[in-house]
Amino acid sequence: MSLVITKELIAQHNLTDDEFKKIVEILGREPNLTELGMFSVMWSEHCSYKSSRVHLKKLPTTGPRVIQGPGENAGVVDIGDGLCVVFKMESHNHPSFIEPYQGAATGVGGILRDVFTMGARPIALLDSLRFGGLDTAKNRHIVKGVVAGIAGYGNCMGVPTVGGEIVFNDIYSLNPLVNVFCLGIAQKDKIFLGTAAGVGNPVIYFGSKTGRDGIHGATMASDSFDDQSEKKRPTVQVGDPFQEKLLLEACLELMAGDLLVGIQDMGAAGLTSSSCEMASRAGNGIDLDLTHVPRREPGMTPYELMLSESQERMLMVAKAGKEDECIRICKKWDLDVAVVGKVTGSGILRVLNQGTVVAEIPAKSLADDGPRYERPYSPPGYQDMLTNLNYDALPDVKDANAALLALLESPTIASKRWVYEQYDHMVRTNTMVRPGSDAAVVRIKGTNKAVAMTVDCNSRYCLLNPYEGARLAVAEAARNLACSGAEPIGLTDCLNFGNPERPDIMWQFVMAIEGMKDACEHFKIPIVSGNVSFYNETNGLSIYPTPMLGMVGLIESADKTMTQWFREDGDDIILLGATREDLGGSEYLKVQHSREQGSPPYLNLETEQAVQSCVLQLIRSGLVQSAHDCSDGGLAVALAECCMSGPDQTRGAVVRLTPDRQRNDSMLFGESQSRVVVSAKPAQRQAILEQAQQMGVPAGVVGAVGGVSLVIYVGDERSTTKTVDLPVATIADRWGLSLERRLSQE
Amino acid sequence: MNVGVIVFPGSNCDHDCQHVFQNVLGQSVQMIWHKETSLKGIDAVILPGGFSYGDYLRTGAIARFSPVMGAVKAFAKDGGAVIGICNGFQILLEAGLLPGAMLRNKSLHFICKDVHVKVENAATAFTEACESGQVLKIPVAHADGNYYTDPVTLAAMQANAQIVLRYCTPEGKVTPEANPNGSLDNIAGIINPEGNVLGMMPHPERCAEDILGNRDGKLIFQSLLKAMKVKA
Repeated sequence: MSLVITKELIAQHNLTDDEFKKIVEILGREPNLTELGMFSVMWSEHCSYKSSRVHLKKLPTTGPRVIQGPGENAGVVDIGDGLCVVFKMESHNHPSFIEPYQGAATGVGGILRDVFTMGARPIALLDSLRFGGLDTAKNRHIVKGVVAGIAGYGNCMGVPTVGGEIVFNDIYSLNPLVNVFCLGIAQKDKIFLGTAAGVGNPVIYFGSKTGRDGIHGATMASDSFDDQSEKKRPTVQVGDPFQEKLLLEACLELMAGDLLVGIQDMGAAGLTSSSCEMASRAGNGIDLDLTHVPRREPGMTPYELMLSESQERMLMVAKAGKEDECIRICKKWDLDVAVVGKVTGSGILRVLNQGTVVAEIPAKSLADDGPRYERPYSPPGYQDMLTNLNYDALPDVKDANAALLALLESPTIASKRWVYEQYDHMVRTNTMVRPGSDAAVVRIKGTNKAVAMTVDCNSRYCLLNPYEGARLAVAEAARNLACSGAEPIGLTDCLNFGNPERPDIMWQFVMAIEGMKDACEHFKIPIVSGNVSFYNETNGLSIYPTPMLGMVGLIESADKTMTQWFREDGDDIILLGATREDLGGSEYLKVQHSREQGSPPYLNLETEQAVQSCVLQLIRSGLVQSAHDCSDGGLAVALAECCMSGPDQTRGAVVRLTPDRQRNDSMLFGESQSRVVVSAKPAQRQAILEQAQQMGVPAGVVGAVGGVSLVIYVGDERSTTKTVDLPVATIADRWGLSLERRLSQE
Repeated sequence: MNVGVIVFPGSNCDHDCQHVFQNVLGQSVQMIWHKETSLKGIDAVILPGGFSYGDYLRTGAIARFSPVMGAVKAFAKDGGAVIGICNGFQILLEAGLLPGAMLRNKSLHFICKDVHVKVENAATAFTEACESGQVLKIPVAHADGNYYTDPVTLAAMQANAQIVLRYCTPEGKVTPEANPNGSLDNIAGIINPEGNVLGMMPHPERCAEDILGNRDGKLIFQSLLKAMKVKA
């Protein structure tokens, strides 16, 4: 190739001059265009983690149950009985803004492949979504497209979407977030890794044909957006879930035999990343012959073939002599398949096309020797302005009924039924707790166990204090699991931030990592996989820092699974934990006072742990009928959810809250942490209160389940003012149909 | 009983059906790849839910050409019991084993939720463990469950009591509000005139165990066992 590598060409590939110099050093010559393209994708932020790696190293990644930590396609955690769970979360933010349906759909496809490439059958998906407000047609279009895309892909695959969370805030209007979590089950002794071991072993391509779609997707995902972003639509891949379903079944059949050495999916940076990463992990090289790569159209150049991000493709390294059996299985599932190379001992990824060498790069340099940056970081000048809030200037709530209804109707808190009814959340017949409770729970067939999963992050807390926000996210995720009766066993993260070249953004990132680290170390929860998404900014406006967490918990005895809704009239309502003056960063301040300010709620990790242990203990000893954590919207919203989120019928409640100097609004809507609402038969009252006292957890009976209204008295026992008095039918209607009503606007 | 579960490329409720028959009802199950042409030794056939061939064309439109469908037709003609669930129902329609066609849901969305269905005919091989008029809670999960047929066929089906399941309220009222997808006459499940082929949109295999909070679906399978004189 005689093309001259110009400065413009280097810049177009998002490489800096220094990075280019390093490439020349590695090769001992200038790269050709194909090689430049390969370096540019592998050294992109998306693939190389060049800004984040030095900080990610601080996170705790080990533990007695951890079988595989970060660095592979997904993390693996032991659940006993010879089984393990394989899970990961990934972002597909940039593509989902450009083309919502396909962006979200291929996000689902990508994370599914990450999980089944490890030898696991995917059994659950969850999504964490962030959108702008629903008052603009554009935002409604993005919401509908993303939801349809997730449904279109996941439903067809037959993997249930069992839960998730959605937050609406205008900061995400031009940078929506689509983070997809997937969990699979595998036999502990049948985990497959992406390694090209064994010189001479054949390298086999299978799945879809390679086309011109998605070229430079990884580079696109490593750049900020401007008004021209929609022109990047051709870099978004197009998904084919049917093909992926065939790929899944073929992979699991291949893995059942004694055929494979290593396997990896072709995700970001396609054939380039899968080949060089597998070679690098084994310390080997690969000779790759593009001549045999199945392709959709003639005339594709080596550059295009190596960079294509066509979906539903895999690369496997088979045991020598097993090629025919591998090919037979792929053909049974009607997949394209071809031997495209072999493992060498050279350490070089050598790419050939029609007998000519078109690229020759040390595999390790491409996969692991990308630049590492210790980017400068410092808090932004506006940080104090965000946290300083004079509460005295804000009047206390006058009409608590109206305030509660407004909160229940706010899209962030409102029921997400319109969304999850479009997702098949029951296929595979494992779903014990469906979407709409604190955590989703699926049973593990063949055992007495169940696995609980939750995805959480309050990004407003993270904006106001990224360190505290990250700690709070870990605490809330663990609390959600505890309320389901599960003990946390592992965590995956998806760290969504703005442009890391800006010191204020980098500061948010570093602080969030520190917060996650401290909380995870305290709770002894290992982080086993994850993903970083930087450059979530458009026209210089960055998203709130959003370190999304996907946490997995184990329920040893599936019959001890708990849900959040009230179950029986006459039951006691007991509040575990203390209510402080915690209005900062609350949904109430945003909805009622249009403020996203203040300090996030106070969190003491010891207290938090005590509350969680107490809830778990109460659930395991069968003392409680329901358990629900207090989060967005505070205690009043939590109580309303307990009344109306049950699958079959709603229930009323009468509650009395006695403030300890707090304002009424902070009593009702403040988001004090480490609080759980449980309900229980009155006969269990004494046992519960004693148990809580033993564990050092404040607990008190605050009311009783029953009636057709939610009534809350705020004041001492003499007070007869019903601060909140709403028919459950009314709150259920406003909360249940809010999203649907907003989305049906033209 | 030896149950054959047909596996089309894209079937995704095949394992669920296998699980129910094998582990809940203690029957033997054979998974039958769509390229096979014989159903020898099979006592009943299940066409499971899913997205056969991706359903990019019309649901079930390609699956009906699968090699195994010749054997399924012959099996049904000989009086063998066939149940099509969701995508399986759609395939039975396309294959002509049951009358009518499926349109897109009225909402144009995929819908996954519990619905109630009324057993309109409890004298079939698929419902005889139910009471006549019994209300079952069974989940649906489909984008194309809006059943349609011409008025003459509908009248004939009504006259022959071929409409076995109708969407209804929890109290058993057949109302437009209880109809999740716009289906004609609230039709959720039908049989052929001979009574040996059932197509239904709701998924009974998803609610046949206590641990999932609902066992109503088990009645459909227990009916089949009863009809086949098999002990569950």
